[in-house]
Amino acid sequence: MLRDEDRIFKNLYNDLGADLNSSKKRGDWTNTKDLCEKGRDWIIDEIKKSELRGRGGAGFPTGLKWSFAPKEVGSRPHYLVINADESEPGTCKDRDILRFEPHKLLEGCLIAAYAVNSHKCYIYLRGEYYNEGVELQKAIDEAYKDNLIGKNASGTGWDLDIYIHYGAGAYICGEETALLESIEGNKGQPRLKPPFPALVGLYGCPTIVNNVETVSVVPTILRKGSKWFASLGKPKNTGTKIFCISGNVNKPCNVEEEMGIPLKDLIDTHAGGVVGGWENLQAVIPGGSSMPLLNKEISEKITMDFDSLVENKSGLGTAGIVVINKDQDIIKCFARIARFYKHESCGQCTPCREGSGWMWRILERMAKGEASREEVEMLFDVTKQIEGHTICAFGEGSAWPVQGLLRNFKKEIIKRNNFDPLIKSNKDIPYLVDQHLLEKDNAQNKS
Amino acid sequence: MSLKKISKDQPEKFEFDQQSLESAKKILSNYPKGKEKSAVMALLYIAQRQNNNWIPLSAIKYIAKFLNMPYIKVYEVATFYSMYNLSPVGNFHVQICTTTPCMIRGAYKIVDVCKKKISEKENVLSENGNCSWTEVECLGACINAPMMQINNDYYEDLDIKQSEKIIDEVLMGKKPKPGSYRGRINSEPENNRKTLLDLKNA
Repeated sequence: MLRDEDRIFKNLYNDLGADLNSSKKRGDWTNTKDLCEKGRDWIIDEIKKSELRGRGGAGFPTGLKWSFAPKEVGSRPHYLVINADESEPGTCKDRDILRFEPHKLLEGCLIAAYAVNSHKCYIYLRGEYYNEGVELQKAIDEAYKDNLIGKNASGTGWDLDIYIHYGAGAYICGEETALLESIEGNKGQPRLKPPFPALVGLYGCPTIVNNVETVSVVPTILRKGSKWFASLGKPKNTGTKIFCISGNVNKPCNVEEEMGIPLKDLIDTHAGGVVGGWENLQAVIPGGSSMPLLNKEISEKITMDFDSLVENKSGLGTAGIVVINKDQDIIKCFARIARFYKHESCGQCTPCREGSGWMWRILERMAKGEASREEVEMLFDVTKQIEGHTICAFGEGSAWPVQGLLRNFKKEIIKRNNFDPLIKSNKDIPYLVDQHLLEKDNAQNKS
Repeated sequence: MSLKKISKDQPEKFEFDQQSLESAKKILSNYPKGKEKSAVMALLYIAQRQNNNWIPLSAIKYIAKFLNMPYIKVYEVATFYSMYNLSPVGNFHVQICTTTPCMIRGAYKIVDVCKKKISEKENVLSENGNCSWTEVECLGACINAPMMQINNDYYEDLDIKQSEKIIDEVLMGKKPKPGSYRGRINSEPENNRKTLLDLKNA
């Protein structure tokens, strides 16, 4: 288990208070000026050396992302945008940072903004987190009053303004380009990449988008040194991470742990074990609902880091662990996830808009045992038609959980849906063809 | 994309009152010159707050004029995002998270409570007109599942009895106490804390 002194978020459970004075006692804002005075290159280099990877889901190296921002400010100003639109089912880590460690986030914002030459920072907060936003605004006001941000922030000579922008309940706005569209006052529909936001982002200006947790750990890394951070966890998967353990566990909780901790340790030590004992475990979703599930055998051995989960055809995502025990109907659970994606698809790309509803309808019928045997294959095919055929990663996010289900629980699905359709059609007919061709084919078959 | 029912009963006129106008102006100053459009989401919230928790079409028109935007652009935003109510929801808007992490901890039992106490169908006002309920997608409090949101507050770690009590209070027009209903502190593992112990009573 990680030692307490190595934990970054000491106030995760709000034992100490979230206000400025208590935060200062924990070490926030102590030598921000010195850190910034070491220069942009030093900051970016330290973050690169610490091998910090983005905590928002994709795991992109943060230092590298920052280095994409143009070195000199041209005619267009730079922006820093913090993604606090946490809506991945199973994930609630950012909420606790916003409520209890807002000053870590704000200090991180200053350092990040300084490193990427930005004078303006927008925090895109999901609309449901209204009370968290109030807490954050309180922290921002405190920081302004203490001259930690604003003109000549913390005495660094750098001006920084931080604003909160409330979202309004769209999951897709957690995707960085959709988030930028949303700040610009449009529907949250993702943009094509490239150009990447680092060059053409908010209002067409260079923009760096980072997750709340990523930015919040930056000041501590710089203070304690990149070596310290890199010494935790595994190579390429360094540092600590807040894990959210929810679902059928005895003591659901948020806990900060080292990357690469065995999943079984997390569940047994911190979350009080699976309801009904480990033997009662059916499956685990390791990284928020868009990551494919792990079966019991893999869950037993897997360590929680980006690379080992990818090796096992899943992903760390946001580290929102959802434990599902054998009392649950696994098909129903995933039908509900499919419904989530159907509800949240922005409707821009056809494969996702139509496919997410299609998957949901098939899965609902499968849960009831009303789907025919061949629809199992069809469902898999539909997921393949969505994956990789959309502008943003939402397509993958909606298709992967279904693929994971089919990979691990195909037997159960076929057992429940083991019959042929009442009307047998000619099986050569592909279902994704133009209607007029289909009719012609039918006509030929009949004659 | 969510389906939105737009109320048939629309007030003819909408205007920001003094307080709303002030907050709208403050929001506008957050964005660069010429990018006032960015404030549209915040202004819709302000309109919603002023107009008893829902946005009439006249408010959408008003905001379009206010920001010098085409009406359809504001309409698009208002219908795209799920948190803008385009028909009355009552003083207390009860939202129950039923996404998988909440579902497997019994969120549908709370839905049943709402069906019994508030109204048979979603988005229909209760008999006394001060409350309505709806199923929503993940509210981001999965470790405190099952949970619901009433207006701005989260009610966490619920069971049937507790949620019945909450809904009863809401129906009587009182605001129940937000937070965990099992007495746990925030997101810590109940009685099982292994970390940051020396800080616990600091």
